[in-house]
Amino acid sequence: MKVGIVVFPGTNCDQDIEHVYRSLLHVETVRIWHRDTALPNVDVVVLPGGFSYGDYLRTGALAKLSPVMEAVKKFADGGGKVVGICNGFQILCESGLLPGVLLENVGRRFLSRFVHMRVDSTTSFFTAGLPKGSVITCPIAHFQGNYFADAETIRELEAHGQVVFRYCDEAGQQRDTDTTVNVNGSVHSIAGITNQRGNVVGLMPHPERAVELLAGFVGQDSGLTPFKNSVAA
Amino acid sequence: MRYQVLVRLKEGVLDVQGKAVESGLQDKRYAAIKNVRVGRVIELDIDGVASDAARSQVEEVCKLLLANPVIEQYEIKEVA
Repeated sequence: MKVGIVVFPGTNCDQDIEHVYRSLLHVETVRIWHRDTALPNVDVVVLPGGFSYGDYLRTGALAKLSPVMEAVKKFADGGGKVVGICNGFQILCESGLLPGVLLENVGRRFLSRFVHMRVDSTTSFFTAGLPKGSVITCPIAHFQGNYFADAETIRELEAHGQVVFRYCDEAGQQRDTDTTVNVNGSVHSIAGITNQRGNVVGLMPHPERAVELLAGFVGQDSGLTPFKNSVAA
Repeated sequence: MRYQVLVRLKEGVLDVQGKAVESGLQDKRYAAIKNVRVGRVIELDIDGVASDAARSQVEEVCKLLLANPVIEQYEIKEVA
């Protein structure tokens, strides 16, 4: 089992991802530079968070032109597991590997805080082992996290169980119009989605930052299970 | 040839920058100003390509990169 971590100029969550897989799950990892035209032999590809290309033009827009994305597309088309977190989600949307787009947060603020997200679908490799309805508490850190797609696309996502995570309150209740819960104003409180095949997943929150029970406010480890699932045999 | 591409959010897509500009102006008592929308102008030169081909290249890059068709529309103008 090996996990490939793609690094674009401006990616800054690659070490967090490496820590989760290497130190906590004891899985081998390899960095993949964005200029690479082929992927090494890996089982999972992670597009970590950050600010690829300084978020110029639109978040994730320039990263989609990086040579490595052709290889990632091929990998995904062949059924390979791909997860994009935060900026990685934005890149997957811009690349057309996932539908929709991440708009600026409704409150016009960069949001750096803990959120709760509910597992709404277990059809993806990232959520497969999680109890449906269970709540993961982890940080967000984004300015463009407001998920948007046209009504038809949203209907399709919902109909096929492609919404994997939704923002919710502590008790798991969805509150679309409450910006203390659906903090960025996403359509239907969508925090993460998957493609129909379930092998490509994107989400705005950072479960990789809530994987260990440490002192103080970081006392959350509910983010670890999705990563465990991603490398389950 | 020099082209100017105007990229704007489609009608109905929330424009938070526009909203921020609008509320800033209203704070300065320009209450009559409404529906501010912020777009982006991208200028580029294409040399050594026939006019028709140049235009279609600009169209291509609009679709590929300059605009996201999910939320944005674009207009192309030849400026020189």
